[in-house]
Parts: sequence; structure tokens; C-alpha cells
Amino acid sequence: MSTITLPTPPVLNPPASLEASASENPERLLELSLGPQHPSTHGVFRMNVVLDGERVVRLKPVFGYLHRNHEKIAENETYLGNMPYTDRLDYICSLTNNWAYALAVEKLAGIPVPERAEYLRVITAELTRLLNHAALVGFLLQDMGASGTPLMYAFREREKILDLFEALTGARMMCNYMRFGGCRVDAPAGWLDQARKVVADFPKFLDEFEKLLVSNEILMERTQGVGVLSRELAISSAISGPMARASGLNYDIRKVDCYGIYPRFSFRVPLGSHGDVYDRYMIRILEMRESLKILEQALRDIPEGPILDPKSKPRGFRPKPGECYGRIEAPKGELGFYLISDGSPNPYRYRVRPPSLINLTVLEDLCLGHNVADVVVILGSVDIVLGEVDR
Amino acid sequence: MIGTGILKGLAETARNFFLSYVSKDRLTTVQYPEQRLPQIEAARNFPFLVYDGAEWDAGMRCVACQICEKECPPKCIFIEKSKDKKPDAVGKPQFYPARFDIDISVCMSCQICVEVCPFDAIKMDVEFDLPTDDRFAGLMLDRHKLSKSNEYYHEIHPTEATAVDTALDAERAKAAAAKAAAAAPKPASPAATAASAASTPKPTEGESK
Amino acid sequence: MIVAAVNAGSVDQVFVLAKHALLARTPDALQPLASAIISIIPLLVVFPSLFAITTVLERKGLGRMQNRLGPNRVGPFGLLQPAADGIKALIKEDVVPAAADQLVHFFAPVIFVAAAFVAYAVLPIGRNMVIVNLNAGVLFFFAVGSVVELSVFMAGWSSRSKYSLLGAMRAIAQMISYEVPLVLASVPAIMQAGSLSTVDIVNAQAGYTGIWPHWYLFTPWGIVGFGLFLIAATAESNRSPFDLPEGESEIIAGYFIEYSGFKFALFFLAEYLGMFATSALGITLFLGGWSAPLGISLFTVVPSYIWFFAKLLGFICFFIWIRGTLPRLRMDQLMGFAWKFILPMALLNIFVTGLWRFLPASPLNSIRWIVCAAVLAAPCVVLSMSLKQKKKLLIRTYHFAE
Repeated sequence: MSTITLPTPPVLNPPASLEASASENPERLLELSLGPQHPSTHGVFRMNVVLDGERVVRLKPVFGYLHRNHEKIAENETYLGNMPYTDRLDYICSLTNNWAYALAVEKLAGIPVPERAEYLRVITAELTRLLNHAALVGFLLQDMGASGTPLMYAFREREKILDLFEALTGARMMCNYMRFGGCRVDAPAGWLDQARKVVADFPKFLDEFEKLLVSNEILMERTQGVGVLSRELAISSAISGPMARASGLNYDIRKVDCYGIYPRFSFRVPLGSHGDVYDRYMIRILEMRESLKILEQALRDIPEGPILDPKSKPRGFRPKPGECYGRIEAPKGELGFYLISDGSPNPYRYRVRPPSLINLTVLEDLCLGHNVADVVVILGSVDIVLGEVDR
Repeated sequence: MIGTGILKGLAETARNFFLSYVSKDRLTTVQYPEQRLPQIEAARNFPFLVYDGAEWDAGMRCVACQICEKECPPKCIFIEKSKDKKPDAVGKPQFYPARFDIDISVCMSCQICVEVCPFDAIKMDVEFDLPTDDRFAGLMLDRHKLSKSNEYYHEIHPTEATAVDTALDAERAKAAAAKAAAAAPKPASPAATAASAASTPKPTEGESK
Repeated sequence: MIVAAVNAGSVDQVFVLAKHALLARTPDALQPLASAIISIIPLLVVFPSLFAITTVLERKGLGRMQNRLGPNRVGPFGLLQPAADGIKALIKEDVVPAAADQLVHFFAPVIFVAAAFVAYAVLPIGRNMVIVNLNAGVLFFFAVGSVVELSVFMAGWSSRSKYSLLGAMRAIAQMISYEVPLVLASVPAIMQAGSLSTVDIVNAQAGYTGIWPHWYLFTPWGIVGFGLFLIAATAESNRSPFDLPEGESEIIAGYFIEYSGFKFALFFLAEYLGMFATSALGITLFLGGWSAPLGISLFTVVPSYIWFFAKLLGFICFFIWIRGTLPRLRMDQLMGFAWKFILPMALLNIFVTGLWRFLPASPLNSIRWIVCAAVLAAPCVVLSMSLKQKKKLLIRTYHFAE
């Protein structure tokens, strides 16, 4: 990865014209609180918007309604006991959360991971990426008023993947599957064939989806040119994931860090050029296609073997004192875990880098000057899950 | 020409409408409770205690080692050891739980208790139909409510149960062989006599591991 | 014009004959009043029942489009669902915000429903079956239809809530913008029939040449006029993709966010009634009202009111189909569409109707057709291209990182 020279940060205030019109007649402005109970804020999230007619003049996000003390609880739990809590961070993508945490602990304690476990990790992570992007695209269209039809199609496909997860891990949503040194349980008989079938059937759904929506004039009008995130702002605000790639930033941690066995798979990283909602939406659909490629290769090449490091045991795990930061390319961005160990069975400090929260910091800049209807669409394209934002 | 994308979308929806009458793939509703989805074997909901044989009290495998209580992340298991002992799954006299409560309003179905149990005594159930109108006592399952037979375990998780049974049978065989070797008449050789004197059956102390 | 030799069959006229029989038994002095009441009662019974059926149809239709069953627990195939919904609406607590303007808040749904019902007075449901045959029937319809916009604004303003205020503003802007194209789209039919009376317009279309009907839909200006009317009617009824005033995912219920219980049900009822009324007007103006699609005896023997309701059902299915497919337009796009595309096309359509009248009606109407179709199609294409160009909406291609 080449070094990035940071440009001077852009001015993060509302543009002069809006400020002027707002200050000359403050009674014209309407202050509205979108949320926390709102059909389209993706959870208990609140935005205090100040409107001039229909245009947004200021936007202040208020969150914390779902704060559950995750990081403090982690300081009093064993390392293994924290694994089920990581499921509940980004509750749509529990397996990638598990992997990020397992990666951080394995880095801290220097635990190797057998081949088959690595392949299983890649397979489950890419299936999770499919889950997340399908749900997001469905919800984006639901927020735009397509009365649920694309959402239902997306969820119909998700059900197949969730059945796979239930057969492998025992639960659809809170999987608790990764362990330090591998995975908890091996794939049962017939699972790999079922997975191959699901992966083979998925492109048909993507084609249908594209036919339904990509050239739809109403969709294009509502999303093109809306919520433009410039490349400079993305870099200076630490935006990661599909949102950054839609603004033209070539940063995919699977290619940068080369964690796990990702270097073995050939896949491309799609990049957008405009950075608007339409780009973010299309980048996610293209990423779904790339994930399918990775899945085909992984399901073809997965070897036999153990799925857990033989030296690992479930109880009495005490890593040596030290610190480490482990990160992966979660479907929403860069999910990282920073751990400080002091030699006891509980972590001394446990910090989650939530991609949803970091990506939310630019919400005001994206929404200024747009309509209220656009705010909802822009928020949908940022792809937040409150479990991760509030932890 | 304006509207072509919209027309394509309309065609897609109409296609789904008509196909929903014809193909199963396009009408995925399963009308619960008359129809049920096929049970996936690995599914898990809340834990239960396995007992062998016909009597739940005598056949319970749990030896009250309290490892699951310590490892449970939300601390929803409450165990009290008994004062006396009874034979466990392998035949060795062990303590047993006088009280074993799981608060299922707290339990997060993480399955860590199953992972750490050394005696295959607690496993995951699949029953989710557990409504009650008592928010506290109704959701605190005691050891009677938690005990389900090994046959039930075979019904819900056949592969796992068979593997567990094989392992337990091997252990029982080993334990029985050790007991038989200890009780058999020894040949009259000095080393053997000394060995047999050393290994005369004494009442074995049942220690919890 | 060959009028089909259709006997005013007794099945076709059963309601008219029944009304005459009942009137014959009432004393003379009371006859006008009795006539009015007898005409209104079927209206008050039939259209709310149609509303009930439509709610089930809509939910089941949307469900099938989304690969799921609609409601199917209450009654066979869920057909008693409206009864359950009605009971639920009636027994809910009627919550009125303390800061709301109580009188206006109460009267808004009442006026909405009343206006919606009054508009049916001039719509011919069947042969000789219209409540009042006004000389200026279409004008009356549009006048009453505008009262609906007033009631929407009353609801939004009196609720004293920011969300409902936003919804009311959007609703007024939208309904006024689309009122103009709606009226202009119906002018060609009036021009061709030469009368504002709905009965005359239907009678002008009730003839057949051979088996082909004289519907105004089968003319180039009729096709375009019908299309514009349909779009404007969708917008006037606040249906998707123009349901921004009640944009469920943004301002939750827009102008009726502070209504609960029976008043909410009344809003729903009135909205659907308005949808039916506008569709019925569209049927009257372009689809020949109660006349059968083909002049063959198999079709003409079916009673006229059956044809009317069949066409109305077709409209309802179309609205449901559109709702299940399209996302909603944003406010400024909606208005831009109205003023920059629909309005110019409607004006052009009026001009082309005039052209149609003055061109010679050759045996196959081919010259008229070609000329009028060309005059309509070319600006349509140009306008749509210019709309797209201005926003530079393109299907983009994406590149991948090296």
C-alpha cells in the first residue's frame, strides 16, 4: 500500500449560502427530531435536523440509545466468554465480528490456525458479506418507498444462507462460531454441497434484482448526485468499507493486510467514481458478485483436516501481557479489536473500532443542502447497525 | 425513452406474481403452526440436562462440578452441590446437583456451558415454545424441568448423541474393565501378591475432578 | 355510427326498474326526496364494500408479488379481514393532541369523506344509472375533487405537529400540481364528445363499428390522454409512487400522523373512495363507461354495471401493481415531472385532438392516426430526453482496482 499524503482537512461547516439564509430569518427554520422511533433510521438512532422548508441546514446525530456497556463487560469476562458478546455488536454479521475478535486474540497470543479452519472462516465471512449487502440493498429500497418488494426478495435469499448458518453453527444470528485457533465445530455431512448449491443459485437473484432496479428511472433520480462523499473527506474522516470504495478510495483490508488465506483467492475490488448513494448501492451489488467468486474458489479448494489448533483448550486461557490490534474487512468497513492483556484471564482493555460509528461522523456533511427525504436515503447508504455504533 | 426501466421493473413484479401460484420457490411462506420447517440438526436454543435410563433423578449425568456456572458469560446458571453421592454416567460415585437452575430470561444460548462440560451432562435443546405468564419464576427452570432423557437427546441431535454415547460406552467399558481387573483373583507370584495386596479393593473415594 | 341493437334487457336495468317500482308506491309529494334517497343508498353500500374488498385484494396482491401470502387467517382466503380491521379501528382509543385545533381536527376526515362521496353523483355506473345527470358533470366532479385537497390541509395543519405540517405542505403542493394536468387530460374527451355531461360522453362512446367500440382510448390522443390521466390520478390519490405526503418511511404518516382509531379509518376510506372516483371518471372519459369492449353478443349480453365494475377492478389491480414495484419520487422531482413533462404533453394532446377532428376521416382512419401519432410521439421523446439530460442520469459502468 503506498503512503497516503493527507490533504488539508476540508472545512466542515455548512456552506456560506445556507448559513446566510438561515441566520437572516431564524423563524423560518423548523427543527425536527427524526427518531429514535422511526421506521427508517435502522435502529434507535436520532437525528436532530434543522430544516429550511425541505432542505437540511444542520444535522446533529444523537445516539447511545443502545449502549450496553460491551467494552466494560468484556473487562470482567474471560476471553472466550467475550466471544458471544461480539455476536451482538453488528448483529446482522455475527460471524465477521467473531473473526475479528479471534484474529486479535490470536495475534496477541500467537496461536496458529489450521488450514481447514481458515477456509471455513473465509466461507462464512463471505456468506455473511452476502447477507449484509442483500439486507442493506433491500432496506435502502424499502426506505425509498418501494413498499417492501425488493426487501422481500432479498430476505428470501438470505433465508437460504441463514439455514446454512444454522446447520453449521447452531444459530441463525448469534453464531458464536470462531474460537482462538480455529472454529468451534466442523461442517456436518452435506453442508459443503448445500453451500455450493446456494452459491450457484445466488447470481440468478442478483440478476433479477438488477433488472428490477438498476435502470429504474425513479431510483436513479433519487440516488444519483445525492449524498456525495468526496475522496478527500473520506480519507480525512477514516471512512472504510464500501462507502470509501464508492468514493474512489482503493482500500480493501483483504488486499492490504492479506489476513487469513485471502491472498489465495482471485477477486477484484470494485471502485466508484462519484461517491453518491447510487455508487454505494452499486458497489455493494458488485461486491456481492466478487464474494460469490471467492466462495466458489473456497468451496472448491477446502481441504480435510482439523478445525481447531490442538493445543487450544476452552478453559484457562491466559495470554501473555501485551497489546495488539486485529482488524478485518467487515461488510460495513474496517472492524478492529484493540486488546491489552495483563496476563490474567480477563482482558485489561478491550476496545472495538466500530465501522458504523466512524462512517457516521460525516453524516452532516453528506446531508447538508439535501431534502428530508434524502436524509433517510443517505443514512441507509451509510449502512449502520446501532449495535455497533453504540456497543 | 423515459419509462423503460420502470416497465422492466413492472414486468419483473408481474412475473413474480404469477409464478407465486406455480412454483414453490416463489412462495416461501410456511404456515406455522400447521406447517413446520424441517428441523435443522445443529440448532440450539436453551440448555437441558441429560439423564440416562428411566428415572431423571437417578440417571442425571451432572456431577455438580460447577464448571459451566463459572464459564457461563451472563452467569445464568445457579448450582448447589448435594451432600451425598450417587453413581454418575460411568458408574463412579459422584456428587450431584441439589439445585440446578438456569434463568432462561438471561441465557443467551451461546453454548459455552456445553463446550466446557467434561461429563456430557448438559446439552442444547431446540424447544422454543416456552411461553409463560410469570416473568420471573416461570423463566427460572429448575433441574426437574431441565432434565430430559437420552432418548430425547437422540431425537433432536442424532449425530451428536450417537458420538456421545459411543464415547461414554467406551468409558464405561474402561471403568468396568478396571473394576473387573481389581476384583479378579490374582496369580500367586510375590510381585503379583504384593501388587494385589496393594490393589485390594478399598472403598474408592469419589473425588470430583 | 351504428348503435348496437341492444335491448334494454331486464337484467341490465334491474336496478332502474326496482327504483321505479319503489317510487310508484310512494306518495307524490315525497317522490323527489324518495328518489334521491333510493339513488344514494346503493352508493353508500357498494363503494365502501368495494373499499373493503380492495384492502384485502391489495394486501394479498402485494403479498404475492413479494413471494408471500397476504392475510389468510380471518375467513376463507382472508376475505373477512376488513371486518377485523374495521372492528379494530372502531375500538381503538381516539387520541387527539392537546395542542391541536379540536374543531378542524375533527372535521377534516368528515369533509374528506363527504367530498369523496359527493363526487360519485355524476358518474354513470350503468345504462341509465347515474344519480344526477348534470349538464356540467365533469366540471362538478373536478370542483368537488378540489375540496379533498382542502381537507388534507386541514388535517395536517390542525394537528400541530411538525411531521404533519411537512406532510400537509407536500400534499398541497403535489395535489395542486397534478390537478392541472388531470383537468387538461380530460379536455380532449370533452372536446370530442361536445359536452361536459358524463352521460353524454359515455353515450358517445357506446356505439360499435362492426365489433370495435368507439372508446376514446382507441385514438392516438386517447392513448396519451389516458396515460396522462392515469399518472395524474395516481398523484391525486396519493398512491405510490406519488405517496410522498404520507411517505411512510420518512415522515411516518404525514398529514394524518396524529389521527387514530376511527378517524384514521375514515381517512383511509376517503382516500380509496377518491381513488375509485377518479378511476371511474377515467373509465367514463376514455374507456367507454359501462359499454362492453367488443360488439359481439357474448359481451353485450353482460349487464352494463358489471362491465363498469370490471374496468374499475382493472384500474385497482393496476394501482396495486404500480405500488408494489416503484419507489417513491421525491418532492421536487415529482413537481418537476408534473410541470415539465405532464403539462406540456397535456397541452399538446389538446392540440392534437383538434387536429384529429379536422383531418379527413378516411376509411381506416390511417392518415389521421399517422399524423396525430407523429405529432405526439416526437415531442414526447424530445421532452423525456431533455429531462434525463438535465440531470445526467446514466447507467454507469464501474472499474475495478488493479
